[in-house]
Amino acid sequence: MTPILELKGITKRFPGVLANDHIDLSLNKGEILALLGENGAGKSTLMNILYGLYQPDEGEILVNDEKVTINSPTDAINQGIGMVHQHFMLIPVFTVTENVMLGNEAVKQAGFLDRKKAADRILEISNHYNLEVNPNDYIRDLPVGVQQRVEIIKLLYREAEILIFDEPTAVLTPQEADELFKIMRSLVEQGKSIIFITHKLREVMDIADRVMVIRRGAMVGETTPAQADKKSLAAMMVGRAVDLEVDRTESTPGELVCSVENLTVADKFQNIVVDDISLEVYSGEIVGIAGVQGNGQTELVNAITGLQKSLSGKISLLGEDVTKFSPRQITELGSAHVPEDRQADGLVLPFSVAENLVLCTYYKEPFAKGVLLQYPVILKNAEKLIEDFDIRTPNAFTPVGSLSGGNQQKVIIARELSRPIKFLVASQPTRGLDVGSIEYIHKRIVQKRDEGCGVLLVSPELDEIMELSDRIAVMYRGKIIAVVPNKGISKEYIGLLMAGVVPEEPIQFDETAVVEATF
Amino acid sequence: MSEEKKDLGQEILKEINQDPATTEHTKKPFLGKAAIPLLAIVTGLIIGALLIAITSQSVYAAFGESIGKGFSTAFSEIGTAYKALFTGAIGDPVRMINALGGDDAKELRQAFNPFLESLVQSTPYIFAGLAVALGFRSGLFNIGVEGQLFIGAACATFVGYSITGLPAWIHMPLAFLAGALGGALWGFVPGFLKAKTGGHEVINTIMMNWIAFRLTEWLLSGPMTRPGSGGMPISPIIQKTAEIPQFFPSPIRFHLGFFMALAVAYLIWWLLFKTTWGLNLRTVGTNPRAARYAGLSTTKSIILAMSLSGALAGMAGAVQILAVNRSMALGLSSGYGFDSIALALIGNTHPVGVVLASILFGTLRNGATRMMVVSSIPIDIVDVVQAIILMFVAAPAIIRSIYHLRKPKQEEDQIFLSGWGGQS
Repeated sequence: MTPILELKGITKRFPGVLANDHIDLSLNKGEILALLGENGAGKSTLMNILYGLYQPDEGEILVNDEKVTINSPTDAINQGIGMVHQHFMLIPVFTVTENVMLGNEAVKQAGFLDRKKAADRILEISNHYNLEVNPNDYIRDLPVGVQQRVEIIKLLYREAEILIFDEPTAVLTPQEADELFKIMRSLVEQGKSIIFITHKLREVMDIADRVMVIRRGAMVGETTPAQADKKSLAAMMVGRAVDLEVDRTESTPGELVCSVENLTVADKFQNIVVDDISLEVYSGEIVGIAGVQGNGQTELVNAITGLQKSLSGKISLLGEDVTKFSPRQITELGSAHVPEDRQADGLVLPFSVAENLVLCTYYKEPFAKGVLLQYPVILKNAEKLIEDFDIRTPNAFTPVGSLSGGNQQKVIIARELSRPIKFLVASQPTRGLDVGSIEYIHKRIVQKRDEGCGVLLVSPELDEIMELSDRIAVMYRGKIIAVVPNKGISKEYIGLLMAGVVPEEPIQFDETAVVEATF
Repeated sequence: MSEEKKDLGQEILKEINQDPATTEHTKKPFLGKAAIPLLAIVTGLIIGALLIAITSQSVYAAFGESIGKGFSTAFSEIGTAYKALFTGAIGDPVRMINALGGDDAKELRQAFNPFLESLVQSTPYIFAGLAVALGFRSGLFNIGVEGQLFIGAACATFVGYSITGLPAWIHMPLAFLAGALGGALWGFVPGFLKAKTGGHEVINTIMMNWIAFRLTEWLLSGPMTRPGSGGMPISPIIQKTAEIPQFFPSPIRFHLGFFMALAVAYLIWWLLFKTTWGLNLRTVGTNPRAARYAGLSTTKSIILAMSLSGALAGMAGAVQILAVNRSMALGLSSGYGFDSIALALIGNTHPVGVVLASILFGTLRNGATRMMVVSSIPIDIVDVVQAIILMFVAAPAIIRSIYHLRKPKQEEDQIFLSGWGGQS
């Protein structure tokens, strides 16, 4: 059987970087091919070549055994290649039909839009693949999972045969992700072919028929989920053996570090986004806040770290009422904060690594004497932390913005964890990082816990929460709807809570879920 | 695909990606930073030359006769113009060398006067350029330098003529300081408005400019008018004790103010890059969200930055009054406040860059006067050249593509500005 799509010797160079190095790839009709690789491995470059956004320097693309040139996304779709982007390309104030039609409008005689015809097609496609999308809904009213299905319909409407999914689960709840996998299954059963880009091992094991691993621009191996396990895949991806599970002993909670009582916070539009929340974090434990992004976690963290004022309620830190404290006062009490958006909040990108490493403490001895910055001390501090935290940087003067995401995050981790802290707020500490960096950062956080620090971990990645937390609080629409000890609970249970459903059965024991909860 | 080739590719990747410590940072960073402005200046002068040629009547006439003649006329026109520009700005090399050989002190001074005069022209540019650069570094677009300069000049003038009986070593610094304070006040107001109400500093500094212009007009024709000026808007002449001394007898105007400008540039560099205040300002200027996260007060920083920026602009006005004009009239500024924005950008908002760019602008201005006299090329051509240089500095991609420069791998030292209605 000839593959439906074949890439031969694709090479793409950017100034100073070989992004794709003679990559060969073939996709058979009716299969799901997972393209696994760390961030920056060259997955996206490859797919952008396939999608016509880049031109390869060498190599050829064959669709149904015919050589094609793809100069634009339009060419790609004409060849039957479509892409579901990580960030949806939808217009919120348009209906599903209008969004799907956009760029490929069905028209009546006088040039008027034929919405009816398009809507019928959409309904037909939706029924055919069990997508359950109503063509007349407005995008803004739809949950993220459904929006993603609209993206899929867009491609099917244009009769794509090859569908590329770019990290499709990043924005979904576990349940929505399972839904998506079912849809992907039904798509391939009906003869479509899928390339599935991811860096999450579990998803590969769950859904892929075949796996190709890219590392540093080159294809390093091909396998099937049946032949491989997560460990071997991770090793292929990173190029060395990786510890998937953090060594985490039983926690020994000590005194109360942080307590939040009846906290209510509004966003800038005066909507209540944190609704009467109470929460306690003790020393020596990690409390994980699970929840789909946008359920008030950001505002909760902002309130606890002093970045946002609360409407009512009380926040205490180490026995002091810090509700009205400024961020600096809270920091000086012995609190550290790994912010959710490292580039926007945590770093000053054009500044050097050394300066970023003292961003919160530059004004104090020994980094400053009076108003005079002590650059020799700042440099020495930087060199030590670069060494201790394995930050890969040319030197301490390099602007942080030119480091990789993982190393940028290590700069923040180094800065926050190297201080004598008693409380750590880590908000999505491994967002968008590769396996190696995740492993490292997880270890550091657990290590801090073992030193007696209270940790509040916020992450939409359920795996991360289950991996690290001693107790799990689930946030849904501004409320904490459950706090459970992380012992013998299943992922499904937390997943349901994340979707706002409080299951009747409180805890189902599912050992495998706990053990395999990684990545 | 041979194995060898694949390995080579991986080796290269390893080299570039994995351990950059050994490969990057081998080039001197300064050259990289200076390359774009230098090439922009060269390109600006070349385009200026083309403009001189195509706006010249005689070139057209010569082309009417023959193409060869046309080209030779064009080249000679350009040659004359740029020679005049050069001798006007730096001096006549032959005369300078002769003067150095001789022992006529007056001839020596006069031979070098064009160069010294260029430095005189550069002095207010340095202050004003630093004002804008400091604003940029702190994330603020101070477009009100012109107004702050006028207020600074007015304050310096007032202290300069109204106070009598002080020794020079007190009076002169006092008048200069008064100028700085006046400018600082004019910067403080929009800074305060921005920090407390979010009112955009671009709008408010423009408004403050107009208030400053009308206020000085009123002052000069009213309370501060020179007795017996017959209603002319001009101030009394300042006291001898308030004067910033000139080094040589008239007509050479080279004065201490130039060195004061250099000293202030050094101070600003020290403040920005060596003190916690400077780090504070730069952090707020570059990433206000990270600044808040780090516990800095953006309010304080914005007010401080605008006041300091205004003070520098006020010094530009003060130095012109105390060192050169010695009294205030409305024609005080030839657009220093607005040119200073260009200066700050060309100088990459770094004090050293600003000083160099200011000397360039001062030199061009000074030379252009002579160019106009000798070759009847309008002084405006210098404006055009300056504009072209600025354009190329602001759009480095053009220069890079003309000269096939590689894009620097390191993140460029950008100027970060909070956009319209953005951060406040």
